[in-house]
Amino acid sequence: MSPLLFWIFVAIMLFFGGMVVLNRNPVASALSLVLSFLALAALYVSLDAYFLGVIQVLVYAGAVMVLFLFIIMLLDLRAESRRRVNFPAVCGGFVVILLFIAVLSDVSLRFQGGNAKFQAIAQGPQGDVWHVGMVLFQQYNIPLQVVGTLILVASIGVVILSKRELK
Amino acid sequence: MPYTVSRPKLTFSEKAYFPAIFAGLGITLRHFINILSGKKKVTMQYPEEKWDQNLPAHYRGAPTLVRDEHGRERCVACQLCEFICPPRAITIHPGEIPIEDRWRKVEKFPQEFQIDMIRCIYCGLCEEVCPEQAIFLRKDYAITGLTRQEMVHDKKKLYELGGVMTGLVHKWNDKK
Amino acid sequence: MTQVLLFALISLIKTLGLIFLIILPMVSYTVYAERRVSAMIQDRLGPNRVGIPLTLFGLQKDIPFFGLVQPVADAVKLLLKEDFTPNHVNKFYYWLAPACAMAPSMMALAVIPFGSQLWGEPMVVANVNIGVLWVFAVSSLGVYGIVLAGWSSNSKYPFLGGIRSTSQMISYELSLALSVIPIFMICGTLNLSEIVRYQTVHGWLISPIWIKGISLFPLSINGQEIIHSFHILKIILWIPLFISFIVFTISMFAETNRLPFDLPEAETELVGGYHTEYSSMKFALFFLGEYAAMIVGSAVIVTLFFGAWHVPFLPTAIDDPYTFWGVILGLIHIAAFFVKVALLLLLFIWVRWTLPRFRYDQLMRLGWYFFIEIALVNVFIVAVILPFMRE
Repeated sequence: MSPLLFWIFVAIMLFFGGMVVLNRNPVASALSLVLSFLALAALYVSLDAYFLGVIQVLVYAGAVMVLFLFIIMLLDLRAESRRRVNFPAVCGGFVVILLFIAVLSDVSLRFQGGNAKFQAIAQGPQGDVWHVGMVLFQQYNIPLQVVGTLILVASIGVVILSKRELK
Repeated sequence: MPYTVSRPKLTFSEKAYFPAIFAGLGITLRHFINILSGKKKVTMQYPEEKWDQNLPAHYRGAPTLVRDEHGRERCVACQLCEFICPPRAITIHPGEIPIEDRWRKVEKFPQEFQIDMIRCIYCGLCEEVCPEQAIFLRKDYAITGLTRQEMVHDKKKLYELGGVMTGLVHKWNDKK
Repeated sequence: MTQVLLFALISLIKTLGLIFLIILPMVSYTVYAERRVSAMIQDRLGPNRVGIPLTLFGLQKDIPFFGLVQPVADAVKLLLKEDFTPNHVNKFYYWLAPACAMAPSMMALAVIPFGSQLWGEPMVVANVNIGVLWVFAVSSLGVYGIVLAGWSSNSKYPFLGGIRSTSQMISYELSLALSVIPIFMICGTLNLSEIVRYQTVHGWLISPIWIKGISLFPLSINGQEIIHSFHILKIILWIPLFISFIVFTISMFAETNRLPFDLPEAETELVGGYHTEYSSMKFALFFLGEYAAMIVGSAVIVTLFFGAWHVPFLPTAIDDPYTFWGVILGLIHIAAFFVKVALLLLLFIWVRWTLPRFRYDQLMRLGWYFFIEIALVNVFIVAVILPFMRE
């Protein structure tokens, strides 16, 4: 992947990331977030992490954001776009952003590991899917099972809570 | 009195959907094959095949004017059809028959008789109301034209379509 | 550098050829087939007159040609219609939505191996390892077109259509993805070309006859062992594969908004559904996008279960692909793929004109209560069988 494409996708991602915050219309914000996710997926693909990129599109852009949009569409959007700009809040937000950038740049300048070169993912016949699977199911098998159980418990809990009045 | 309708008890095959789905697919496939192979023929390919021979006697096509067996026009320009026509498709300009004419007795004749076929709804009220049996609904149904003017049938066109109708007509009847 | 340019050029030719020479004509002829087949199922004839218009050139009679030129007439009609944008719509998203509806199905075609090779060049636009995941990811983006159309139209019926379509597509994506996991477990890869190669060696996944492993005794032709070693487990394996085929196909019906699951555009309830406010070519993009999605769905089913371009009893590859017979073989494989796709499309049409529409709660019940559970159990069954199969 040429650096040019990298910068293009980074620009798209950051631009639409900004649009998520700046747009007055929640639907426009949500769609900007989708585009930001797509550009992020393109960056993953540029690092030969096809699996991560596709999962990013499938899960975040294709499922989570659709659900977000689904909920946003049911809201009263006019009330949202009529709301006045709260000037002190915007100033506060910028201060927080500046502080965050300062901390981040400070940490990343001091972090020596950032200069180390990472090995490219070996593109065997199985590709990165195989590597992800190997790491997930051999190195982190127990945590994976625990997370799976947690999600199962959470989903059962949701069902119980939403159906409580049926008892 | 309210009563409860008992739900039908479904058998297992009915609950499983699939037998019914395949039966339905079979029915549609049978229809498809019958039409495709030409075993069953329902559609008439219109301009090539027509149903004209089978039109019933009471078929209501285009309204036309008729002459009798002597070539005389039957219409006396009474304008009853013009008044009864629901969409007001008929326009009649009556004229007087000159005194030296052989058919002086009738007095009036239509100078111009127009039926706007864009307006006509083929209801047949004109035929029904005509006291002289001068206007008839014939079996012509394909009335087309490229301009609105073409769709207005004038007297010449109406007689052309109508032709001759024989039989007793009151106005020539001397006893009346 | 020249290598990169050559690769880009070949990919471009493959993409344009696939879309403009095969898929788009196929879309319009699927519409034609839909009209003809639906007509014949209902004892009518359908559009059978539009042919070569010789009367335009002063001749006496047209050549009807079974109405095969009808799609051209349709396209001209749709392009020339007034493109009306209502006043109350959200203009930007209103214009964006049709493109969002059409593009994903075209993008999903990138990973489908629609032929073996032509002049040594593999007939797949992007031979990537994530294969079918790409198809799912891109087609999951297709819902945005419908949602945006429903929302930006700013009117009741499109909105209801958009809402319905969102929840329907999210629900059925789950069973769609879960139902094909057994295939990846058996083939051990996500790459569609590899899955097809597996099927050329071992037989189509849908067929109960596996080329390797059905016969009681070895069978060899020309000294080459074709059928060997009886393996009862492989026949047992056919059952979960068949179940996953059924679940996948029915989920595909729901995912492409086809009857009996076409609730987002149910005419009796929602006028036209999400495209009620659209006219002219913008409507056509939704309409054709639905058919393109159908073609992609059929292509995925063909690739996963019907051996893609593989034709039984024909060689899968030839020593020198540059010879005349090599090219012919490549063309036969491409043709075989699209014939299989066309047969599945006929199934789509046939089902549409047979079954009545589901009620919305029935649709959700089918998706969440049955298909996901069946697909999960199916994965489990295959996982239990597979360890005994590895020699």
